[in-house]
Amino acid sequence: MSETRLHEAGPIPVYRTDRALRDSIWIKALLLTLALTFLAFFLFLPLVSVFVEASRKGYEAFAEAVTEPDALSAIRLTLLVAAIAVPFNVIVGIAAAWAIAKFNFRGKSLLISFIDLPFSVSPVISGLVYVLLFGAQGFLGPWLKANGIEIIFALPGLVLATVFVTFPFVARELIPHMQALGSSDEEAALTLGASPWRTFFTITLPNVKWSLFYGVLLCNARAMGEFGAVTVVSGRIRGVTTTMPLHVEILYNEYNSVAAFAVASLLAGLALVTLTLKTYLEWHYADAIAATKRH
Amino acid sequence: MSVAVTVESIQKTFANFAALRGVSLDVQPGELVALLGPSGSGKTTLLRLVAGLEQADGGRVLFDETDTRQLSLRDRRIGFVFQHYALFKHMNVASNIAFGLKARPRAERPSRSEIDQRVSDLMELVQLKGLERRFPVQLSGGQRQRVALARALAIEPRVLLLDEPFGALDAKVRKDLRSWLRDLHRRTGHTTLFVTHDQEEALELADRVAILNEGRLEQVGSPDDVYDHPATPFVCEFLGEANKLPVKVVGSQAFFGDRPVLGGLQQNQGGPASLYVRPQHLRIVDEAPLSLPGVVEDLRRNGAVRRAEVAVQGLAKRLDVDLASQVAPARGERIRLRISHGSLFAAA
Repeated sequence: MSETRLHEAGPIPVYRTDRALRDSIWIKALLLTLALTFLAFFLFLPLVSVFVEASRKGYEAFAEAVTEPDALSAIRLTLLVAAIAVPFNVIVGIAAAWAIAKFNFRGKSLLISFIDLPFSVSPVISGLVYVLLFGAQGFLGPWLKANGIEIIFALPGLVLATVFVTFPFVARELIPHMQALGSSDEEAALTLGASPWRTFFTITLPNVKWSLFYGVLLCNARAMGEFGAVTVVSGRIRGVTTTMPLHVEILYNEYNSVAAFAVASLLAGLALVTLTLKTYLEWHYADAIAATKRH
Repeated sequence: MSVAVTVESIQKTFANFAALRGVSLDVQPGELVALLGPSGSGKTTLLRLVAGLEQADGGRVLFDETDTRQLSLRDRRIGFVFQHYALFKHMNVASNIAFGLKARPRAERPSRSEIDQRVSDLMELVQLKGLERRFPVQLSGGQRQRVALARALAIEPRVLLLDEPFGALDAKVRKDLRSWLRDLHRRTGHTTLFVTHDQEEALELADRVAILNEGRLEQVGSPDDVYDHPATPFVCEFLGEANKLPVKVVGSQAFFGDRPVLGGLQQNQGGPASLYVRPQHLRIVDEAPLSLPGVVEDLRRNGAVRRAEVAVQGLAKRLDVDLASQVAPARGERIRLRISHGSLFAAA
């Protein structure tokens, strides 16, 4: 039949595509080499050197450096600050993203700009702002002192500075995703008789759970690693207001580099755990992620 | 179960765009009504207003005697099928359909086994048995559409509202689903409003068609009614093709130039008018008192019918003429056309 004869036509000339392919392989190789070299020198090498440096004087020295009271206090404080700042930013971040993505109101673009403010302002300045507001010579300082409330050089100050610096992570992840999803899923749930709360917890939140999860991971990583803003409000009272990054810096300034790198390796380890967790979940739930992101 | 829907002089403005400017519409219980219009005509806004997803700036919507402003979204009990279905992506088909039942307050919620039974019945109704555990991404467009419909039907809605129900489907699936939906409506008898921009779909499916343009209702009537007796030039041009002839009405006759082309007119005020004639209402005749001479310029096939393009002196645009199967004019042939039916509108 004529249809089958069509398929029996001579071999399709392939040299063209072949040559085109060879060209792109060179470009591919070049780009890959460039990217990998950069990664090796600027990311991987420093990371490895942290662990190498930390273990240079053996396990004993490492264990001592991370279990001395000041180090333990720094670890505890870091975890505590993150444990307060991250949930707070998750709740406020979800609320802000929801308002921006699902509603139209006056000052919406202003709010979006404000969410980015912590990214554009130097962390040192955000720390200083809190000192100006709540410090002894600050705006609210005398009143706070009179009422016996300590903010600067204490835990509340550390939490405030961390909240400020890490605020954009959750909201930034959620806004574009929620905007892309639109409101029709929620509208469908509401017309089916679901209450607003039920709609939020069974529809809105599951729809964005992966973006939310990334946001939380990034927010947490930054909350534990934040240095600039925290250093200003902490006053560096050793063993009292020093978080892990501050503790590392103090040790380093004392030329105690093994201890500094030992504590630093804990922070780096945390980052690696975060990364591994993210990669594992991405790999394990690739289908689910694709499904929720597809529109 | 199904209610009558009464829309009373509804107005709605978005920012500074008037989406609806005083629309009134009565829908009988169990009736299937199409809201037809070009994009931006306000048809989707009207549907969302009936659903309660938008608030009207003026006017009101009644379900039977109840003003819907007194009803919460839940109490309205409407089944809404969204244009892109809005299926819950993280739930399988069965959970999607059961959502409305599970979302009821505890006192009204059916038991687990009742919900399962209802889901199973609905799966049967929409012919998706066996796909309960699939997720929306694993379904074809037509299947998703039916899941969305089953989900809306699960809450035993008093009114069914469909937003461009076939808009996202390819032509073949559209046709199948169209007749399937018509059957389903006949069996379930829900008061149904659906939005479409496809006039063929509206005419084929609906008991009555409401044609909207720029936020106003142009005409409401049965498909035959609106197609054969359009109330406005817009309706005439929107529902299928029409040739437009500038004529002058004198007495009971319409004149093109000084040639009478249509007679037996009643209720006309005389003077200049536009005569709209559909291609199938032009016939090639040998000789007749009321006829229009022209030259066949081109012959084409338009789906099932053959079509001639006829140039008429004094008319810039050629006339489209559907040819009866036994008629075969040649290109360049001089012919005469008789108008068997036309719609006359006083010139604006």
